[in-house]
Amino acid sequence: MNILVNGRTLDFPNEKATIAELLESYQIQKKIAVVEHNKQIVKKTDYEHTKLADGDHVEIVHFVGGG
Amino acid sequence: MLKIGDHTFQSRLMLGTGKYPSFASQKEAVNVSGTEILTFAVRRMDIFDSNEPNLLEELDLQKYSLLPNTAGAKTAEEAVRIARLAKASELCDMIKVEVIGCDKTLLPDPFETMKASVQLLEEGFTVLTYTSDDVVLARRLEEEGVHAIMPGASPIGSGQGIVNPLNLQFIIEQANIPVIVDAGIGSPSDASCAMELGADGILLNTAVSGAEDPVKMAEAMKLAIESGRLGYEAGRIPQKTYASKSSPESGMIG
Repeated sequence: MNILVNGRTLDFPNEKATIAELLESYQIQKKIAVVEHNKQIVKKTDYEHTKLADGDHVEIVHFVGGG
Repeated sequence: MLKIGDHTFQSRLMLGTGKYPSFASQKEAVNVSGTEILTFAVRRMDIFDSNEPNLLEELDLQKYSLLPNTAGAKTAEEAVRIARLAKASELCDMIKVEVIGCDKTLLPDPFETMKASVQLLEEGFTVLTYTSDDVVLARRLEEEGVHAIMPGASPIGSGQGIVNPLNLQFIIEQANIPVIVDAGIGSPSDASCAMELGADGILLNTAVSGAEDPVKMAEAMKLAIESGRLGYEAGRIPQKTYASKSSPESGMIG
């Protein structure tokens, strides 16, 4: 299935994929980050049971240098 | 002591974390500045290259409070979205509301800034609002309940210092909440001048990160802010047109 992550279309193989699996597949599960799924913020405790579907939009954001 | 909402700080310097020449100089500048508040922006993570060093991951979060900004937002809606994402990190409840209305000057859009501030107050954020040096807007923001107002001294990153000290003075005089002078500070004397006017704190970034020696400048800013504050508390002498002797007239050697 195709999901749009940070503006890029990714072909994510697992049809039962969750936010937790998405983060793990890019080895960012331990990073300080916040995830938005179809414009809704996902709580960390919900990562494991938030399922992804074809065409979903995901934003993974973090803190960067700024003033 | 600086009190913003429920937070109290000993340092009156808020330091931005953008555009340092190296990760090492950034860490050292933060350390010597004595700051307790660091600002950050919220951006998409590069998930294909997540190994780049991130200051936040190396910080002792017991020692610093995070002040994320809504930089990049041009509407209240965008600012609110960024603020919610920042808060969802569970690392902070403060937000610097920054809604830019002009790409060239980076001056804030007062209408969208007000709208975003009101919305975020309703959602329980500790709101610090970046504004121009408009006196009435500063008062209106205070009336809405923002926790601090952050008037710009001059355009962001310009290093021009305080272009309108009179407006800044008016804002400081009328305010019952902290006034943090944000943006445009170029030199330690600019920071000291703002503190002598009675500002409660200074937020700066480029003045330190863009200096030839950011670490030394971080220390200079720390000292300037402390010195300006002490000067303000001490109460300066009035200015006079003509001289007035400081040595006694009596007892002159004949």
